[in-house]
Amino acid sequence: MALVVQRPRLSLAEKLYLPALFGGLLLTLKHFFKTITGRTHVTMQYPEEKWDAHLPEWYRGAPTLVTDEWGRERCVACQLCEFICPPRAITIHPEEIPADDKWAKVEKRPKEFEIDMIRCIYCGLCQEVCPEQAIFLLKDYSFTGYTRADMKHDKAKLYELGGLKTGVVNKWNDKK
Amino acid sequence: MIDGAATDVCEESMCFPGARKTGSTLPARTSYLGCRRKRLSRSMDLPGFLMQPTVFLVWTSLVKTLFILFGAVLPLVSLSVFAERKVSAFIQDRIGPNRVGLPTSILGFKKDLRLAGLGQMIADPIKLLLKENFIPASVNKFYYYIAPKLTMIPPLLVLAVVPFGSTFLGVPMVIANINIGVLYVFAITSLSVYGIVLAGWASNSKYPFLGGIRSSSQMISYELALGLSVVPIFLVCGTLNFSDIVQWQIHHGWLILPFSFTEGFSLHRLAIWVTMLISFIVFLVSMFAETNRTPFDLPEAEQELVGGYHTEYSSMGFALFFLGEYAAMIAGSGVIVTLFLGGWSLPFIPDGTSHWFFGLTSVPQWLPGVVWALVNMTVFFAKVSALLFFFIWVRWTVPRFRYDQLMRLGWIWFFEIALVNIFLAALILVYLK
Repeated sequence: MALVVQRPRLSLAEKLYLPALFGGLLLTLKHFFKTITGRTHVTMQYPEEKWDAHLPEWYRGAPTLVTDEWGRERCVACQLCEFICPPRAITIHPEEIPADDKWAKVEKRPKEFEIDMIRCIYCGLCQEVCPEQAIFLLKDYSFTGYTRADMKHDKAKLYELGGLKTGVVNKWNDKK
Repeated sequence: MIDGAATDVCEESMCFPGARKTGSTLPARTSYLGCRRKRLSRSMDLPGFLMQPTVFLVWTSLVKTLFILFGAVLPLVSLSVFAERKVSAFIQDRIGPNRVGLPTSILGFKKDLRLAGLGQMIADPIKLLLKENFIPASVNKFYYYIAPKLTMIPPLLVLAVVPFGSTFLGVPMVIANINIGVLYVFAITSLSVYGIVLAGWASNSKYPFLGGIRSSSQMISYELALGLSVVPIFLVCGTLNFSDIVQWQIHHGWLILPFSFTEGFSLHRLAIWVTMLISFIVFLVSMFAETNRTPFDLPEAEQELVGGYHTEYSSMGFALFFLGEYAAMIAGSGVIVTLFLGGWSLPFIPDGTSHWFFGLTSVPQWLPGVVWALVNMTVFFAKVSALLFFFIWVRWTVPRFRYDQLMRLGWIWFFEIALVNIFLAALILVYLK
């Protein structure tokens, strides 16, 4: 059975096409003036304006290493983050802290700590698993490099990004 | 002055072949040369030579042509391409091109000047110029070469008869002040369709071919309405000369308005205005079809036909089509402004022959004329720019017609409306004084 489609019955104004045309012109003109006078939202002009000011508190940017109030690197090279990292972006070479060091009681520290930012998926599992609260995902997200080697963050770069972190638990307090 | 100069040209060109025909070719030629040498030796001074009527006509026309081409049309084309991108962006809540400006940082300054992206005007043509001009193997070379030029040249020719100002130091600001101006415009603009049809045909490819077919179907549907819609103007003004139509509008008010600035309202003027409004709408819509702008850009419908008739063109071939479209917009706007919107005139602004300068008497004799001539030219190009904005504004508002819809609009509606409108105007002119 053939299906009969009921065409809508158009009024004279609709048939004339002109009222709809002027309505459309008015609408586009409204958008035109709204954009010119800045009363509408437009795309963010990226290199000049950035998301930084609008990032939420819990934003997961690049993983970084932090130091504590006494300038000690918090990482004890337990390698839990290296094991949990899903894309295996983290490589740690631990070393023993010499006996004459002020922090000899900590025993272990990373000799090399590398995060491959091409592999990193910003999942935050390293931060979650860290027993020392040494690795944090801060708000930096824009990393570029000319080679793959450029995109590997070494220990110095990670501490530079992380900086000093206060207000977390200090179990290697020098008074203890 | 123009008429006098024109007859001078006629007489000279008439007399020289006549002298040849009498048989005594050699004496005639020597006498001509001798006469010329004598004339040159007599008036070696350049100003005197330049002020001879014929020579004066030639060099002023040349200057006007160069001004219109390189001082007005080409900048206006690249400016309208930029405006198109910018206005479309604003209408769609975007910003549009805003990066390209003056690279002042290579001169040692700290920052580049962005100028809201105005550098795009220069960057676009440079990009097109530097591209490879690739010609597909299977095209018909001759027509393929000639098609872009056929699209580009007609709009420029149309601008020859459009008065773009009053008089500048006594020189009328129109390149060719001919009495059949409007007919000339119709004759020339219908040629621009051949460029598109030939491009579609010569490209030997299915999408350009469909574009060419659409263009020819479009041509036969709107040209009649376009021509008929301006007949009421001739009835009202009694002339086909663009300059005279502008003069009529200065004295009796713009044709788009229901009143005259000097004479005020009258029943006659109001009745005429109705027919003029119908003419204006039909002419404007037909002009959209003429210049291949949305809602009638069927030949290049990029969603359906890739690029339409210019799919197979690259580099300057494509750029000429591009240039032609915008030049056609400018020429069309110029014609509409001249026919309906009072041309270069603004109410109560004097023209280039005026000596009035805010009541000041101590200014030089030539100053008021020059100032008002420049004002008139500015007014003309301002009106053209406003219409160009309207063209762009409509493009980003109205969706494209199907080509059977366009043909229905042309044949069933506009043709009849324009035809009835002529009789309406004639009746009003005869019976409603």
